[in-house]
Amino acid sequence: MTGGLVVGLVVNPVAGLGGAAGLKGSDGADVQRAALARGATPRAGERAARAVRTLLSRRPGVRLVTVPGPMGEDGVRAAGAGCDLVHPPHAGPGSVTTAEDTRRAVRALAGVDLLLFAGGDGTARDVLDAVAGLGGQAPPVLGIPAGVKVYSGCFAVSPAAAGFLAAGFDGRSTAEAEVVDLDEEGYRRGAVGPRLYGSLRVPAARAALSGRKTGSSGTEPATAEGIAREVVARMRPGVRYVLGPGATTRAVGRALGLATTLLGVDVVELAPGGTAEAATGGGSAGGRLVAADVSEAELLGLVTGRPAVVVLSVIGGQGFVLGRGNQQVSPRVLAAVLGGRRGGDALGEVLVVLATQQKLAALKGRPLLADSGDDDLDRTLRGHVRVITGYRESTIYRMCAASEEYDG
Amino acid sequence: MNNAESFAELPVAPKPPLRRFHQARWDEPIIFELSAPGRRGVAVPEPGAPLVELPGSVRRAAPPKLPELAQLHVLRHYLRLSQENLGVDLNIDVGQGTCTMKYSPKVNDRFAAAVAEVHPLQHDDTVQGVLEIYWRLERMLAEISGMSRVSLQPGSGSAAIYANIAMIRAYHAARGEGHRDQVITTMFSHPSNAACAKTAGYEVVTLMPDADGLPDIEALRAAVGPRTAALMITNPEDTGIFNPRIREFVDLVHEAGGLACYDQANANGILGITRARDAGFDLCHFNLHKTFSTPHACGGPAAGACGVSEDLAPFLPGPVVAFDGESYRLETPPASIGKVRPFLGVTPNIVRAYAWIMALGAEGLRQVAETAVLNNNYLMHKVLQIPGASAPWDRRRVEQVRYSWQELSEETGVHSEEIGVRAADFGVHYWTSHHPYVVPEPFTLEPTESYSKEDLDEYAAILAHVADEARRDPEFVKGAPYNQTVHKIDMTPLDDPKEWAPTWRAYVRKHLS
Repeated sequence: MTGGLVVGLVVNPVAGLGGAAGLKGSDGADVQRAALARGATPRAGERAARAVRTLLSRRPGVRLVTVPGPMGEDGVRAAGAGCDLVHPPHAGPGSVTTAEDTRRAVRALAGVDLLLFAGGDGTARDVLDAVAGLGGQAPPVLGIPAGVKVYSGCFAVSPAAAGFLAAGFDGRSTAEAEVVDLDEEGYRRGAVGPRLYGSLRVPAARAALSGRKTGSSGTEPATAEGIAREVVARMRPGVRYVLGPGATTRAVGRALGLATTLLGVDVVELAPGGTAEAATGGGSAGGRLVAADVSEAELLGLVTGRPAVVVLSVIGGQGFVLGRGNQQVSPRVLAAVLGGRRGGDALGEVLVVLATQQKLAALKGRPLLADSGDDDLDRTLRGHVRVITGYRESTIYRMCAASEEYDG
Repeated sequence: MNNAESFAELPVAPKPPLRRFHQARWDEPIIFELSAPGRRGVAVPEPGAPLVELPGSVRRAAPPKLPELAQLHVLRHYLRLSQENLGVDLNIDVGQGTCTMKYSPKVNDRFAAAVAEVHPLQHDDTVQGVLEIYWRLERMLAEISGMSRVSLQPGSGSAAIYANIAMIRAYHAARGEGHRDQVITTMFSHPSNAACAKTAGYEVVTLMPDADGLPDIEALRAAVGPRTAALMITNPEDTGIFNPRIREFVDLVHEAGGLACYDQANANGILGITRARDAGFDLCHFNLHKTFSTPHACGGPAAGACGVSEDLAPFLPGPVVAFDGESYRLETPPASIGKVRPFLGVTPNIVRAYAWIMALGAEGLRQVAETAVLNNNYLMHKVLQIPGASAPWDRRRVEQVRYSWQELSEETGVHSEEIGVRAADFGVHYWTSHHPYVVPEPFTLEPTESYSKEDLDEYAAILAHVADEARRDPEFVKGAPYNQTVHKIDMTPLDDPKEWAPTWRAYVRKHLS
């Protein structure tokens, strides 16, 4: 496949500035000035150029569209390539670019087939904001890793990999990838942990390797759908299931025939007369949405005094299960659900954790983390929890109180 | 410019460091397409005897549609296909994922041929010699594993794993513990363990590696319980890392009432050094081709062996060979799970494995292990000198290593699979059977005792060359192979049942009509 594809590029020129300067991020003009004062040099443009070079060597017919100056054009020129320019309305004076500049640029490039952006998780959030405003007109996007914090799933593993992925994009096949970001203020204080902001459509990467020992047909086992089938198969009538945020928990809603939210906490149960078998068998009559996108207080009311199970997915690259993006599942909600259970299988009856094997493997042996806001409660959760990794597949994985892991 | 190669220049010029390899490409039709009506390999004379009267129910209405060819054309056809191949007899076959290739001495084929005409339904009295070989091989594998009894019936390694899980299921059922419905395995145990457990109806609990690359024993502690049927584990795992706390793993499972089953398919790192039963295992299995030198046979008939403790012996697949001190006979264990394949086993491979072990003796077997481990560590030393290659966890390895090209791939966009394919232009290869894909951009190399230092040097030099090419010209590597029979394969038909044609009849039906 050659040509035809129109690829947009947005560079956050200040992405990555804070990293080398030890500032743990680059959000905000003050931090950027401090980084420059410490001798940091911008590198996002150079990393974008790397991706562009790879893209063009693999697919020379691609038409590039970007915005003038350091937010795109410079990177393309550094790659020795030509491009078309669009001119988003420029708000502020001076050479410092802001998050709003990123959003404006994304909106100005909305017509492309694929939008590459160079930056970090903060940039991804800005792209997410702009894309959300575009609705169905939004192009798929792909991140070129150039920031300090790159935990979001919408980034390629390297600039060259971004170029290869973009070159291989067929214009149609996309997948959903989560955008997470750390609170940099908290990160500088040592209270790390990403929260989930939403999801972006990215080009579907082919399986890392397609060679096979046997003609294994069908889907990869470790998909959100397989996990969702297992969760639904374990559901019992009369029990309320609290689905935390994330693409995996949303797949559980989908398996029940329910439109649950990506970012919110939803409460579901088996429909009257519905069975787990009906739901897993593809029947849509399996589930009932008790409440969508609930607040902490509403959630407490829904789970108090009746059997309930909390279903949470692992957020981001650091293993957080509790306390990032799911603050609705508060210490008192957990206490109501746990009802005095501690550790091991008893805990596993009411706290169900979901993750693909790949996501767990990416933790490289580091534990899952609980940061509910109540250290004592977090400590009752520590130990080994069952993590559902697929249909009739699970693992047992270590969970720690986040305070212990990072104070340790 | 004269590109001609010299013909008679003497002395013969030294060879370049990398082989100027080119695979044959015969563009050979399928044998059915070569058929012409009436062609024959042998002109069979009239029998000169009355025809056997067959009952109508077994008589064919029409002759079978077999290809009709002369002998020369059959020979030529298969020789051509054999040239379009890279088997262990042609290449340095250290890169078959976890398939474990070693040399199968040709003399053993002659012993195997000696039993080729034995009929599986012959009376025990007429096949005492064959039964004796089964009996003696069983005793040798029992000694090697420390187990009480060994079944040689399974037709492959995975069939042996399946026989083991079937025995585990029967054992618990016989004790009224059929509620045990979970099998615990580890991320880097060979995936056939999880697959067989799932096929047998078990829920699979997989232990992830900890920061040191070993399965987390605390996770095992949390995983075992009244639902635990068994632990099915490979050691060293497919990373090549030996789990030094294996005895504790076994004890934890036993305390919970579960059984412990050891995947020793590739026992090349431990022959004569450690034994499954000594670590407390209740069951184990070997792949005879991975460890005991029978041909791999590309899916069959291979041979597997299941070893069990005394408690599990009543559940063995049947029949097994019994010996009363004078003669050998077949018997079926009292609580047998039944047959896992027809008859006694894949007899030619049993004979080959027996001959291989007899030729080596106990000391020779230990030397096999020591050489395999030495070869692996030598190759690892060479591979880790290649920029962009790594061996995650930085731990000592036994008989194989799961390496990673992550660094090279992130820099160049070239995937591990593509490097393996480009290596095929130099007459070697590796293929990407490294399930599960937890190590990024994986490649698994497992030299056994068969390979020489020169082989390993050549293999490492090819990888180094291709890695260098990936940096200089990634597109070139991605376009490979160039010197192979087949250039690029589109994998997508493998996922479309409408395209599958496992027989000529299916091919005609699906693609020619």
